[in-house]
Amino acid sequence: MTIVEETATTGTARHGALGTSPTRPDGVAKVQGSFEFSSDISADGCLWGATLRSPHPYARIVSIDPSAAWQIDGVQAVITAEDVPGQMTYGLISQDQPVFAGDVVRYVGEPVAAVAADDPETCRRAIEALAVEYEVLDPLTDAEAAIAGDHPPIHPDGNVIRHQRIVCGDPDATGEVVVEGTYEIGMQDQAFLGLEAALAIPDPGGKGVELHIATQWLHEDRAQIAACLGLPEDAVRLVLGGVGGAFGAREDISLQVHTCLLALRLARPVRMAYSRAESFLGHVHRHPATIWMRHHATGTGEIVKIESRMVFDGGAYASTSSAVLVNAITLAQGPYRCPNAVVDGWAVRTNHLPCGAMRGFGAVQACFAYETQMDRLAAACDVDPVDLRILNAMRTGDTLITGQPVLNVAPVAECIRETAALPLPDEPVGGAPMPDGGPDVMKLPGGAGRTADASNIVRGIGWGASIKNLMYSEAFDDYSTARCRIEDGVVTLKFATAEVGQGFVTLAPQIARTVLGIDDVRLDRIDTLIGSSGSTSASRQTWMSGGAVNAACLAVRAKIFEHVASSNGLDAETLLIDGTDIVEPATGWRQDAVEACAGQTFDETAEYHHPPTTELDEHGQGSPHTAFAFVAHRAVVDVDPDLGLVKVVQIATAQDVGRALNPLSVIGQIEGGIAQGLGLAVMEEIIQIDGVIRNGNFTDYLLPTFLDMPPVVATLIEEPDPLAPLGAKGVGEPPTISSTPAIVAAIRDALRQVDGVGKPLHRVPVRPGDICL
Amino acid sequence: MSEAEIYRLHVNGERRDVTDSWVGESLLDVLRDRLGLVGAKGACEQGECGSCSVIVDDELVCSCLVMAASAVGQRIVTVEGIAAPGTPSDVQQAFVDAGAVQCGFCTPGLIMAVHDLLDRTPAPTDTEIREELAGNVCRCTGYGRIIDAVQRVAVARTERAS
Amino acid sequence: MLAERDDVTLLAGGTDAMVEINDGHRRPQGPVVAVNRIPDLRSWRHDRAAGTLTIGACVTYTELMDPAIATLVPALAEASRTVGSPQIRNAGTLGGNLGTCSPAGDGLPVLAALDATVTLASRSGTRTMPVTEFMVGVKRTAIEPGELITEVTLPVVDGWQGYAKVGVRNAMVIAIASTCVVFDRAAQTVRVALGSVGPTILRCPDAEAHLASHVDWNTMSAAADDLDRFGTLVSDASRPITDHRSSAEYRRHAVGVLARRLAQRAATPAGPPGAPA
Repeated sequence: MTIVEETATTGTARHGALGTSPTRPDGVAKVQGSFEFSSDISADGCLWGATLRSPHPYARIVSIDPSAAWQIDGVQAVITAEDVPGQMTYGLISQDQPVFAGDVVRYVGEPVAAVAADDPETCRRAIEALAVEYEVLDPLTDAEAAIAGDHPPIHPDGNVIRHQRIVCGDPDATGEVVVEGTYEIGMQDQAFLGLEAALAIPDPGGKGVELHIATQWLHEDRAQIAACLGLPEDAVRLVLGGVGGAFGAREDISLQVHTCLLALRLARPVRMAYSRAESFLGHVHRHPATIWMRHHATGTGEIVKIESRMVFDGGAYASTSSAVLVNAITLAQGPYRCPNAVVDGWAVRTNHLPCGAMRGFGAVQACFAYETQMDRLAAACDVDPVDLRILNAMRTGDTLITGQPVLNVAPVAECIRETAALPLPDEPVGGAPMPDGGPDVMKLPGGAGRTADASNIVRGIGWGASIKNLMYSEAFDDYSTARCRIEDGVVTLKFATAEVGQGFVTLAPQIARTVLGIDDVRLDRIDTLIGSSGSTSASRQTWMSGGAVNAACLAVRAKIFEHVASSNGLDAETLLIDGTDIVEPATGWRQDAVEACAGQTFDETAEYHHPPTTELDEHGQGSPHTAFAFVAHRAVVDVDPDLGLVKVVQIATAQDVGRALNPLSVIGQIEGGIAQGLGLAVMEEIIQIDGVIRNGNFTDYLLPTFLDMPPVVATLIEEPDPLAPLGAKGVGEPPTISSTPAIVAAIRDALRQVDGVGKPLHRVPVRPGDICL
Repeated sequence: MSEAEIYRLHVNGERRDVTDSWVGESLLDVLRDRLGLVGAKGACEQGECGSCSVIVDDELVCSCLVMAASAVGQRIVTVEGIAAPGTPSDVQQAFVDAGAVQCGFCTPGLIMAVHDLLDRTPAPTDTEIREELAGNVCRCTGYGRIIDAVQRVAVARTERAS
Repeated sequence: MLAERDDVTLLAGGTDAMVEINDGHRRPQGPVVAVNRIPDLRSWRHDRAAGTLTIGACVTYTELMDPAIATLVPALAEASRTVGSPQIRNAGTLGGNLGTCSPAGDGLPVLAALDATVTLASRSGTRTMPVTEFMVGVKRTAIEPGELITEVTLPVVDGWQGYAKVGVRNAMVIAIASTCVVFDRAAQTVRVALGSVGPTILRCPDAEAHLASHVDWNTMSAAADDLDRFGTLVSDASRPITDHRSSAEYRRHAVGVLARRLAQRAATPAGPPGAPA
């Protein structure tokens, strides 16, 4: 593959090239309401599908009687586990999740049957009419009971999904200063706004199906769907429907197989669309976790050893639990040097909602623990929390507790210093006085609720820093595919990279413009008519699909240079792109790139693979990760200590981005990621009692609003990573990770000012009662 | 209003007959499923997210909480009625330019809310922007670029007026 | 029609009813009457002689925030501002708040603290009852079949009044505890009503009596100890439950803090006559 430097322009980049911020190609359609989301897609003669779900966390299905449903006019199909023609189960890592529950349901919301009918209202009535008799069983809702073996297996694969230890250096090492704590992280929902929706169109004769679907990974979906349908993969074609956000929740199968089954059964197009309540049941969530952690350090605060025990509740099915766990345990040291470690990690099965991918993927839970520990260590050593973090900051060449060297650019200390250098908010508590002399109530904790006066409020400052692995881990052959075609001076790119809002559709043309010097770049439909791009997750698409698009464009450019060289008696090796021209620097020869391609067609497809990684051995040693990115956060929070309400006033951040290929998109990822970190810090949690979700709606599952999310001040730490194909690191996940502990630390700081002691706040989200009772 | 399930709505300046709706069906569903106007989005069915915002008789409302048949005789404006295809309004263009759009699912509702806000309050303060848009949840952007877009329009309109 | 049929659905702003319909929990079986299109129900009037404000059942929260009403009953405007979002406030109505009768209804503590009366109309005429009798329990009212809430009448009180509400978000949130405090300078009484800490809105007679007898009505001040005691008595009067939104312990604590802070806004511990904040 051609080396990267050639694509790096010097001086001012032309608008639309890498390093600039062109607008989204789908922007106008999205603001005008004409962009077609998966929930907007229909077809002539289309039927609707709907899902019957278990009301019990754990029960045996005694019988399913569909007769009453069949009595309803307009009902076209009722299907259950018996109607699955292929593999009965699916899953991203292990195939342990049934398409429909067969004899046992294992969580509230597990699909039991599906119906198709003429319209959604008939579907709803048909679902109500399906009579299922259950024998309720004793649910497993305690992760520790799963570890202890106190509950009979709720699944043939057992109640432990993965147990992995890491032993690094001297497990008996001790430090002069020891701090420890037990931390809890609640179950967070991705809460994308565009609900699950799909349209399946069966091929004539029923030998295949086309599925229009909002997903993160078309090819993985296809493999799992085809297996369950009992069809060859090439008989199942997936087309990306407009995706209304994802954040990890679309990595697993939800309604894909059901929609295809109904369409194939009826030989008619079928649409399915989840409601919000159903969406809470229909996709995986962020794992709730309990993490005990102990740090040993020297008297000056240098980390000597960490010990940790991490328990992740994976819910009823495995999904990506084992990979989430590995992220958490292998990143347990945070972005800090740590020579010795003993870490014990468990991912277990319970009768809770299944958990899997969400932005941050295991790094989030670990970070809340290690960053809280860093503050405790700073206090125990009487060192400033910023200084303690800089003292321990990881550098390129340092190793993880798995023994893996960190070979990437690792500007941890720079991230922390640059964050500290950002200005603090200039407004006092309550903002500038209003015309009537009073505070702006909307700037006080409690907002319009008028719960506080400025005198009730205390302002605190907290810190967080984090490490995130980029791309997939543990020996997964991760790659992406892209095709570049030039015809009549117009570039067309094709890839299967799921655009979920992150802006790859903006970035890919930037890459092509930069590499080829041609501004007119168009995008082909995103579907499975090309090789896999892997998932839009793990902060990987800029690196992986960016790498693939770059490689395809470079391959085409080589062909153009050959053509130009032979037409003009030049040496192809001496040609370069300069803006929109092809140039030979030595002679000053130059030609407009579009003109140079006139009448020619070039078409190249490329795959980008990252270097291989390894699995962990029984001591947790190995090089499981591909690359790392770092970030620091500082939170300023106003706290009402007597009522326990908080208002985050400002988040400052410096993020290691490698190279900002589209600065505006980077800022968008930073601000959006911080909002999700803020949500976990102070409001977002799925509450299950005895295995039953209690707040599966937007009235009770609260997301940050305009009045909850503060201004963000950000610095991009740009040191191009030589290992990255475009010098750029993924930027999506880091903002979410350490913003949470920074906010909680700021609350602690405020409370400490009140009584000199404060509150431990070892659990997120922090609830008002945790602060004031 | 009677039990009749056939009625006529006045949407984006046109009279549109609704012939196959059930009593109680929301304006959101009627717009999307009966009239083919899918710009308004459904994301919560409870008035908690604002994605379905439309303007009914000059009031910004959640179309998921409006019974469609009760809007007979009222003037309904949806995102499709803001500007002709391909010629975005100043608010729409500012959203694109400012990076206020990521997945875009909340965007049509926000476009309605921002037009409504700026029609009533041409030069809103930061607090006014946040309070008036608090009913529109965005999960992607963290709101920063949206506020920037609103401020850009307010400044541009003020400059144009003076 | 209401008198003749028992299958009529009354729809005001739709912000509660449509949630149930969208959920599939409710399907209108008969006619739906959109009462918010009835002009009489969307108007209000200030009777200066009687010192009352009468508000039509379908006046929206946005309209209640208008200065013309807000200056007469500031606590109702404050409560209205905490309701949902602008979209909800444009549609949601005071009559709908009463009809739903959730203990978390934001307008209801204000109506209870002001001893508002509710007027119900039916084919046989109208009747009026105190709002505290109208609200029977969780989402249960004294309304009879065939009756329609037409208006609410409130006294225009001389004295400080305010509403405060706790939710776990700075906007668009259901109250997990709310409090309305009204100081009536003419009657030299204090009135307190609590939301989300009982099956319906609660008044706090002990707290009211305590503070009324310890306020210096000339200087509008009260001793810090008396304000503390007031907060404690309010907490004692609450009857909260624990649910997924909050714990009973927190709710009990919060209404006490809110009540004390509201009272302090009205009657400063040492300072001059309290003006509305």
